[in-house]
Amino acid sequence: MLLIPCPYCGERTESEFSYGGEAHKARPDRPDQVSDEAWADYVFMDTNTKGTYFERWVHTYGCRRWFNLVRDTLTMEIHGSYKMGETPPKVDVKTYI
Amino acid sequence: MATKYSILSLARNALNHHKSWPQAWRSPEPKTEYDAVVIGGGGHGLVTAYFLAKEHGYTNIAVLEKGWLGGGNTGRNTTIVRSNYLWNESAALYEHSLKLWEEMSEEVNFNVMFSQRGVLNTAHTQNELRMTLRRVNSNRLNGIDSEFLTPEQVKEWVPIIDTRQNGRYPLLGASLQRRAGVARHDAVAWGFARAADARGVDIIQQCPVTGFDIKDGALQGVYTEKGYIKTKKAGIVVAGHAGVLANMAGFKLPIHSRPLQALVSEPVKPCIHTVVMGGGVHAYISQSDKGELVIGAGADPYNGYNQWGSNPITEETVAAICELYPIFKRMRMLRQWGGVVDTCPDASPIMGLSPVKGIYLNVGWGTGGFKATPGSGHTFADTMANDRPHPINAPFSLDRFKTGHLIDEHGAAGVAH
Repeated sequence: MLLIPCPYCGERTESEFSYGGEAHKARPDRPDQVSDEAWADYVFMDTNTKGTYFERWVHTYGCRRWFNLVRDTLTMEIHGSYKMGETPPKVDVKTYI
Repeated sequence: MATKYSILSLARNALNHHKSWPQAWRSPEPKTEYDAVVIGGGGHGLVTAYFLAKEHGYTNIAVLEKGWLGGGNTGRNTTIVRSNYLWNESAALYEHSLKLWEEMSEEVNFNVMFSQRGVLNTAHTQNELRMTLRRVNSNRLNGIDSEFLTPEQVKEWVPIIDTRQNGRYPLLGASLQRRAGVARHDAVAWGFARAADARGVDIIQQCPVTGFDIKDGALQGVYTEKGYIKTKKAGIVVAGHAGVLANMAGFKLPIHSRPLQALVSEPVKPCIHTVVMGGGVHAYISQSDKGELVIGAGADPYNGYNQWGSNPITEETVAAICELYPIFKRMRMLRQWGGVVDTCPDASPIMGLSPVKGIYLNVGWGTGGFKATPGSGHTFADTMANDRPHPINAPFSLDRFKTGHLIDEHGAAGVAH
């Protein structure tokens, strides 16, 4: 069970939250003008990192606000959370094989 | 060539107190160069290597395994084999596999204990019921045996199931595929390892791939913990680490890696002779030959590479099992574990060519790869040997995420394995 620090509400159990996938993927400004490849890259392709991962979560059964989380996907350690638009915290970024 | 396993060889070795069985496969050191390497020594990878050697004349190939044979998802799944998928593309792939399952033990001279005890897929909401009926019709049009059972017929087939219709998710009906069933998962890895080794395939365990040598968009070799191996062809046939290897090769995949859980109970007398899968309530159950209940759960809703899974998922599954089978309310669980599954947005695998010349993909099997083991390896060997998609795996190319031709199997496979 993860204890997720919502930047608005504090630490709550993972069952209050929903997952939003990889963070900091910029949506193309003009979707009608991008190539199929660029659109597929935005919609589907992820780094799916084994290690430190920047991801989006929403506090569905709480304040219902979106925020970012930095989490290690192997050890499940949470390095911190920050509001949308804020700069990510400095963390020791790790990847594993 | 390995000794042929038979009743005679068993008797001969029994006389000798089983002291002179030969090793089932060699443990060679890697050569400096191979015509092709298969990355991943699970079921899919070993079958790929076997058919590369048997049907495509490859004599200088290797399987590179990070841990030990069948130590990944091949040895972690709940062993269900079926082919009752909704769409034509999936039906062709999984039915091709099911036909290979039916003759697998003879093909590799190893008893994989394939038991066609039937698989029920239950429906618990009106929407699921409609999908079930649609899938049964779709299966029959594709020549796959499939039939619809009413709650009364389900009760007759599985007497311990609760059909009183007073729960949160009442049982409204089910599909039954009688040719479906279970197999011994370790035996699949061991059987194909032995058969591939007998055809000269080098199986190298404890040998993680650490990087790819790519020049001008074409593969030149792979870096491993046992040194550099020169090769023009590498098939990525891994579960749980497709993204890690893709990142090494410099491209991304539409894959999320998540732990999928399973549990087994203490052994009890035979009480359930078939497999019952409840996709909507995330609870799958069968009974092993040892008497343990083998229970499958859902995948975590967020990415993770740990092999245990999150507690709310375990709780949800066990609650559904108790609701459907009140007889199991006091059953004690012996073990719980997870396997990291690579899930795709459309719950279908990715097979075929990759953005790098010489690197081939057979990944993203998500929660349901075990059943596809022989068909996956068989068609993928053809793809690797001929540098083009096989007619059966062509619809499953990576390109489908650009063209939009997704094969949405969430209804038949989203959480079911």
